[in-house]
Amino acid sequence: MTENLVTVAYIAAIVLFILSLGGLSNQETAMRGNFYGMACMALASGATAFGAGVTNYGALVAVIIPGVVIGAFLAARVEMTEMPELVAVLHSFVGLAAVLVGIGNYLQPESGLIGAEETIHMLEIYVGVFIGAVTFTGSVIAFCKLRALISSKPLTLPGRHFLNIGLLVGTVALGFVFMGAEGTAGLPALLGMCALAGLLGMHLVAAIGGADMPVVISMLNSYSGWAAAAAGFMLSNDLLIVTGALGGSSGASLSIIMCEAMNRSFISVILGGFGQGAASGASGSTAPGGEATSTTVEETVELLNIASSVIITPGYGMAVAQAQHAVADITKILRDRGVNVRFGIHPVAGRLPGHMNVLLAEANVPYDVVLEMDEINDDFSETDVVLVIGANDTVNPSALNDPTSPIAGMPVLEVWNAANVVVMKRSLSVGYAGVDNPLFYMDNAQMLFGDAKANVSAILAEMQKTAQVPAMAGAR
Amino acid sequence: MTLAIDKDPSLASEDQPKQSKKIGIPKAVAPGERRVAATPATVKKLQKLGFDVLVENEAGVDADFNNEVYQAAGCEIVNTATELWARADVVLKVQPPQDHPNGQHEADMLGVDKSLISFIWPAQNPDLVDRLSNRHATVLAMDAIPRISRAQKMDALSSMANIAGYRAVIEAANQFGRFFTGQITAAGKVPPAKVLVIGAGVAGLAAIGAAKSLGAVVRAFDTRPVVKEQVESLGGEFLELTFEEDGTGTGGYAKTMSPEFIAAEMELFAEQAKEVDIIITTALIPGKRAPLLITKETAELMKPGSVIVDMAAEQGGNCAVTRSGEVYSHHGVTIVGITDFPSRRASQASQLDGTNLYHLLSDMGGSEDFKVVFEDEAVRGALITHAGEVTWPAPKKDPPPAPPAPAAKPAALETPTAETKASSPGIVRLIGFIALACGIVAIGLSAPPSFLSHFTVFILACFVGWQVICNVTPSLHTPLMSVTNAISGIIIIGGLLQLQGNSGGNWSATMALGASAILVGTINIAGGFLVTQRMLKMFRK
Repeated sequence: MTENLVTVAYIAAIVLFILSLGGLSNQETAMRGNFYGMACMALASGATAFGAGVTNYGALVAVIIPGVVIGAFLAARVEMTEMPELVAVLHSFVGLAAVLVGIGNYLQPESGLIGAEETIHMLEIYVGVFIGAVTFTGSVIAFCKLRALISSKPLTLPGRHFLNIGLLVGTVALGFVFMGAEGTAGLPALLGMCALAGLLGMHLVAAIGGADMPVVISMLNSYSGWAAAAAGFMLSNDLLIVTGALGGSSGASLSIIMCEAMNRSFISVILGGFGQGAASGASGSTAPGGEATSTTVEETVELLNIASSVIITPGYGMAVAQAQHAVADITKILRDRGVNVRFGIHPVAGRLPGHMNVLLAEANVPYDVVLEMDEINDDFSETDVVLVIGANDTVNPSALNDPTSPIAGMPVLEVWNAANVVVMKRSLSVGYAGVDNPLFYMDNAQMLFGDAKANVSAILAEMQKTAQVPAMAGAR
Repeated sequence: MTLAIDKDPSLASEDQPKQSKKIGIPKAVAPGERRVAATPATVKKLQKLGFDVLVENEAGVDADFNNEVYQAAGCEIVNTATELWARADVVLKVQPPQDHPNGQHEADMLGVDKSLISFIWPAQNPDLVDRLSNRHATVLAMDAIPRISRAQKMDALSSMANIAGYRAVIEAANQFGRFFTGQITAAGKVPPAKVLVIGAGVAGLAAIGAAKSLGAVVRAFDTRPVVKEQVESLGGEFLELTFEEDGTGTGGYAKTMSPEFIAAEMELFAEQAKEVDIIITTALIPGKRAPLLITKETAELMKPGSVIVDMAAEQGGNCAVTRSGEVYSHHGVTIVGITDFPSRRASQASQLDGTNLYHLLSDMGGSEDFKVVFEDEAVRGALITHAGEVTWPAPKKDPPPAPPAPAAKPAALETPTAETKASSPGIVRLIGFIALACGIVAIGLSAPPSFLSHFTVFILACFVGWQVICNVTPSLHTPLMSVTNAISGIIIIGGLLQLQGNSGGNWSATMALGASAILVGTINIAGGFLVTQRMLKMFRK
């Protein structure tokens, strides 16, 4: 294949990439978008592989085939509730690949560049490896947090901001050493920087609490894009630059959407430590008074039986308990009875942007009854029953009416406007933000304690019983 | 200012203050009027207020209440109208006073300084008002009860409108040749009737509810956008004009609209007339001729067999071809111009009107403390003549709060907050742009041309990525992320480019690193795309 043919293939791939991302912004075209993505990836790699630069096909096949097999295996096997972990792991792979490509490129003999061009090339390698390393370790930590291998509480070391700054200064200092080195003599500096960047990535993500995970994931997504773009610069490859930049900027855009949903600035989320302020804030503000009313499965079923409109607001608890299938079955029974059942999804419910939607879709809940917070918030006042399943901070009224609350100003689902609210939760403990929830103590709120899956299944069983009785009576 | 009604010491009733006041219920004289101002049930309530109730012979017969049931309720049956009007202290009627078959006018039969409560329509009947005033009568008009929350229990207009709206649908159904509800039968398919209700006041809403419960497809139009929700709550579809003008007037009525609006409105009606089977018009503007909404041409656009029920026939009609009080066929379209809808539900209408009258009398102090309290907004609004003076219309000291005012206020408050919200990211964005510009200048001064061409591509791609993502639906965030992640796996190309040169068995460090990069990158690509595929398959409508 000639250079020109490769270039033309790259251009086609770039167009397909953009169509792919555009397609994914809409349900109807999402499938097509994904196919475009696959097509362009095949086109791009194929064109590169058959281009002039690649000669070692044996090695190529030896790594590509296992890679595809492992990837397909992971994709086929993963539980939908484990999506956040999978995405985090995949991010770490991109980071790792960026580091490897960067170092490999540095070790490549004779780039043939001189003067300013060489300086820039070195700088590109350095930056590329840095971003790659941060993405890699950050994703690994995010994965561990999501897997609960390490505590999801934010790690707040004393002087953590100074630590971050120190690591950055160290990186820059090593950068000068690296730039000044002849040939491949800068390798120790590059590897040292890798270590520093790795530490930085670990610390950055460790300092972010579990509730901010959606932002972290999309931020790491963005980083992996920038890593690819940096690799593009060092290899003078426009395709890499474009694709990396597309991924990077779209990830950043997504992170900002997430942050807006939580009414927090991007910087404050990235710098982490959320939850520490919460503890002090909660002690300062008045503790919600009154007693929480607890309820039983039977009473909940009775409420549902007489309700004509129901809104379900799921949270991470539903994902953890794997309750989405039982919830979907309850929804189906109620909808068959003519009850208006809808889902109210907070933009940051779960640990991944759109997490709840994926779970509900997996359980065959029609997506047109799954509504966004803004679409449904005004409807709570006309709703008979709201089922809060494993959500806490996203339905906390103190976000709106307590200015001292750490989550003050965060838009929340105003479930308390409904006639009845049933909160399914293990205990009255605080959520990720570490804030007590006055909702639990409201008169129209009832607590259904216990494992969400067990409770939802019990409700389902009870409802199926009551649903069968009239059916049998009718048969007679 | 509180005045006792029987202020004049010369009055007979003043001589016996202990004796309870007498309420007189005359038989209706207006042709076709079947309602009566008190039913046995409301009579009992009036007695509890301390009144004695006199009922003219056969006053309630047309509303299915004969003399016996009134007697059973403790009423005295009076044989002639003359005697009843003479003896009663307070006369309750439905229709305004008019010429009695015995040759007298009812207003003249009312005793001097006595009270009369009925529908009066003072704006349309100035002569009657003068006549009553000359009798030194205290007259309250049920049609002039202000539409305020406190007076709703006395609002006979709403009671009657409710009945009228329901009855209008029944009349339409009577004239219409098909079912209201759609059916699929062995003998073929019956399409549902399409009903357009113009004006969604009390009568209009009642009509929407009645037509809907009969199974029709109901559309409604009103100049006041606030009623949209009420229409939809009854199962109607609210038609809207693209034209923006709020027709909300005071007291729950609509105001007169601009000519442009009316033109747009007419066009909508003409369009709808071709489609719908039944049009029910209820548009009234207080004290004025009813607005003309259905022109002759529009009426003729309707399919033969269609029905127009013009509930405003008495006030001139909303339809140009309406004949007041008549039902006739115009170009195959049945035009119902009857004006006595409530009277056609006489029993129910009497009950509701009687209850409204009871509430008014109760508000005025019952039998013992019966007086006109000028401070009472409801009573003052309804008071037409008092002590020889015309007291209508009541001075507007406290106009009822118009809904648009409070609605406009939060809107006005919201706009600036929205602006400040928008402007602060705007500033941040501006600063960002400046920083970006400085950075670009710096790069331009120092970087070599080969870098600059790549840089151009980079910036463009960032921009495109940002634009492409900003409208993504939240439910697709996860698939989007796994795809962008898979796309980031493009970094394997970097690895591919390092697998060059040495094709023999000797692996340089670069090649080893490149191969490892390809391995992990491929896992990422395959995993990312396939899992997205799995997720997207699950989304269904």
